[in-house]
Amino acid sequence: MSAAPNTTSTRRDVIKFAAVGASLVVAAPLTGLPRRAWGDEADSAIGFFIRINADNSVVIGYPNPEMGQGVATSLPMLVAEELDADWSRVTTTQMPLSISRNDDGSLRWTHVGQGAGGSNSISGHWQALRQAGAVARKLLLRAAAERWDVSEAMLTTSEGVVRHAASGRSAPYGDLAADAGRQAPPEGEVALKPRQDFEIIGTPQPHKDLEKIVTGQPLFGIDAEMDGMLHAVIARCPYFDGEVKALDDSAARAVDGVRDIVKIDRPPLGEPYTVLAAGVAVVADSLWAAMKGREALKIEWGRGPHADESTAGLERHCAELLEGEGQIVRDDGDFPAVMDAAAETFEATYWVPYVSHATLEPQVCIAHVYDEGCRILGPIQMPAAAQRMANRLTGIDRLSIDVQMTRLGGGFGRRLTVDYVAEAVLVSQAMGAPVKVQWTREDDLKHDRYRPAGLHQLRAGLDGDGALVAWTQRLASPSKYYRRPNMTDDRLWQSELLPDDFPAQLVPNLRLEYFAAQSGAPRDSWRAPAHTANAFVIQSFLDEIAAARGEDPLAFRLRLLGESRDLDYGNHGGPTFNPGRLAHVLSLAAENAGWGARLPEGQGRGLACHFTFGGYAAHVVDVAVDSDGALRVLNVVTAVDIGIVVNPNHVRAQMEGGVCDGLSTALGQEITIRGGRVEQQNFDTYRMMRIDGSPARIETHIVASDAEPKGMGEMGTPPLAPALTNAIFAATGKRIRRLPIADQLRA
Amino acid sequence: MVTLTVNGSRRGFDGDEDMPLLWYLRENLNLKGAKFGCGIAECGACTVLMDGSAVRSCSVAMATADGAEITTIEGLATDGELTAVQRAWVELDVPQCGYCQAGQIMAATDLLNQVPTPNDGEIDAFMTNICRCGSYTRIRAAIHRAAELRRGES
Repeated sequence: MSAAPNTTSTRRDVIKFAAVGASLVVAAPLTGLPRRAWGDEADSAIGFFIRINADNSVVIGYPNPEMGQGVATSLPMLVAEELDADWSRVTTTQMPLSISRNDDGSLRWTHVGQGAGGSNSISGHWQALRQAGAVARKLLLRAAAERWDVSEAMLTTSEGVVRHAASGRSAPYGDLAADAGRQAPPEGEVALKPRQDFEIIGTPQPHKDLEKIVTGQPLFGIDAEMDGMLHAVIARCPYFDGEVKALDDSAARAVDGVRDIVKIDRPPLGEPYTVLAAGVAVVADSLWAAMKGREALKIEWGRGPHADESTAGLERHCAELLEGEGQIVRDDGDFPAVMDAAAETFEATYWVPYVSHATLEPQVCIAHVYDEGCRILGPIQMPAAAQRMANRLTGIDRLSIDVQMTRLGGGFGRRLTVDYVAEAVLVSQAMGAPVKVQWTREDDLKHDRYRPAGLHQLRAGLDGDGALVAWTQRLASPSKYYRRPNMTDDRLWQSELLPDDFPAQLVPNLRLEYFAAQSGAPRDSWRAPAHTANAFVIQSFLDEIAAARGEDPLAFRLRLLGESRDLDYGNHGGPTFNPGRLAHVLSLAAENAGWGARLPEGQGRGLACHFTFGGYAAHVVDVAVDSDGALRVLNVVTAVDIGIVVNPNHVRAQMEGGVCDGLSTALGQEITIRGGRVEQQNFDTYRMMRIDGSPARIETHIVASDAEPKGMGEMGTPPLAPALTNAIFAATGKRIRRLPIADQLRA
Repeated sequence: MVTLTVNGSRRGFDGDEDMPLLWYLRENLNLKGAKFGCGIAECGACTVLMDGSAVRSCSVAMATADGAEITTIEGLATDGELTAVQRAWVELDVPQCGYCQAGQIMAATDLLNQVPTPNDGEIDAFMTNICRCGSYTRIRAAIHRAAELRRGES
């Protein structure tokens, strides 16, 4: 163990900022504010989220990590709106994790929940962050009223200035901040602006950190450092649940700059994960020395209990499961009887592969475990989970574990898992020094928690009038609930089949059936988790039915979706699902894409829509397939309804990114398993789309809505794969039932 | 002893000449703009200019960089004045996570030096850097915009 770390000045500022914030909480939902003394930073800080400087510049802290979804801009927009800040004078900064202990010993978020997942940041903080801005504005108003001895009601604010019209007096916020900090906090919640008064929310804004990004500033986890930090890379067992059987580290220890070798055990089989794999860490003075040391390790790996697993075997295993009876997780009406009596029946089976998150910034984390505490610094998507993990591994009290988030070089769900934090904590603990554990691309692709593969069998029956009256989806897959604490086998389906998803409640006889397959591959959430697989199979199957009946795929879906009304939706993104809103985005995209027009020979147009985490999205994809089977994606027209829009620029960006992510994944991405280990090593074998595969044009239509705002990180991805494969069918008559598409069109 | 010029400064390096230039830039010179993405010259996150041409610095050994003139993303702007490519990136708000963008900007800089007014096909053929977030349509638009800005400059 070593002494407490020396913090850099930047670091200290952040801590002070946070500490002052803790003294006056302006984060709602709160009915009142704790009346506690201001610290010596009272001049500049108003609550956890806001600092107003004497030069009238405003710093707004965002509680959730930025990983490309735009929250470093959109969340501060919520605060700035109610603060009536001058947005051009606002800069934003990442707030560290802030957790407090209740009197009964339990822990709580000090201000608001922190972390990113489930497209929750905007919807989760919509009230709280506007309230934070409104409270701060109220305090500034009170300070001005006191100074000028006028009624608060006679004051107005705009763009960072308080004005008293009757006397012509005005004061910029910077002049009032110190006095504002001494005002009694308002009782109860402060009234928020009516939506028609929004001046910042709803306007297209670029990233606040844009200039830093284009000039290469060190914003990311991989760029971060701690004083006295050592570097480590880890040789991890390539076999799922394998072990270090024999180790000869003598050559590694002889590498110049190598300090030590630290063995890392895998968690006991079946237990909740800490690290993902057993390994051998090489700790050195420099990253290069650590990498050279790792190359010099001689390790014999124990092949573990899954050494016979292969992708082909997993698919056979799933197919065998589907021949039996599974766990019925939704059963409306009388599916078997109605299916038997149906005038027309359809059946198709689809395969969805394992895929990797492949964040472009490989996993990396710095940890410093010292006598009384622990510091964690890195691209952390779930800071409280990181803190819990460090507590579990070290026994250090959670409030003595400081977690600071850098910008993330992509998330996509990979960093919901804190295995990379666990490794840094373990190695730092062993070394008694700050250690940065850096993953390489090979490490990252071979030790991910993959989106589950799965075999989906769909069957449907139509009555004599052509109405869809019976529907079943039978899914055999290794559940993403991998090593989840307190998980029971009968709940493994919950992450894979979403019982209220479309077309539930629209088809009277509907059955969903799950079969839990076994696999050693770690699994977890991959952008929009189960929705990417389910949107593909459901929207493909609908297309197959429409095509077989000679019905227009748009008309067929619109008929099924029907009018606007709220249906119950118990999965994440509920409590309601409105099929009319889904029909609307589909129609909007179709109209703008010129749906129904004749296309040249070799071209095809396909569409799909899906409801993901409260957001409605639809894509229309145009493709050209030449006689050799070469595929080009021409245009993608998208429409999205996420309720009130905070930053339309980044809604567009997320739709564009969602389209490209969906496309890249559908075209070429697949993790395959042979001999109980992942076959792909790097981007030469894991095929990521380049610019030449991206659409010539992506056009996004955003529905104007007064509905409660939803996030935007994930809904753009799920409908892309089926819109693409439906377009391929329209162009070629070939139905893609296996992802990725790879070279299927060339066959 | 390897000698090279980085963003206009002469440097000497007497360490392991097998070490990739990327790690020298990032770890020895603390220039963190070039990013590590794959280590095998596939993704382009580490792209810098070497004697004016875009190279993947993860796969350039220090021995190979001897005598070379290197420009990194940190060396593009002069006296805080962004280049046309950087300005176009700002104008179109290209980045999402931003991790690949330094490499994209360096590659686009080389492209525009070679082909001042590239068409979509030339952009698609030259730009092989991976953007995991999928900012490709904005990258394409930003390169066209940068070409316009550069024409305006000269």
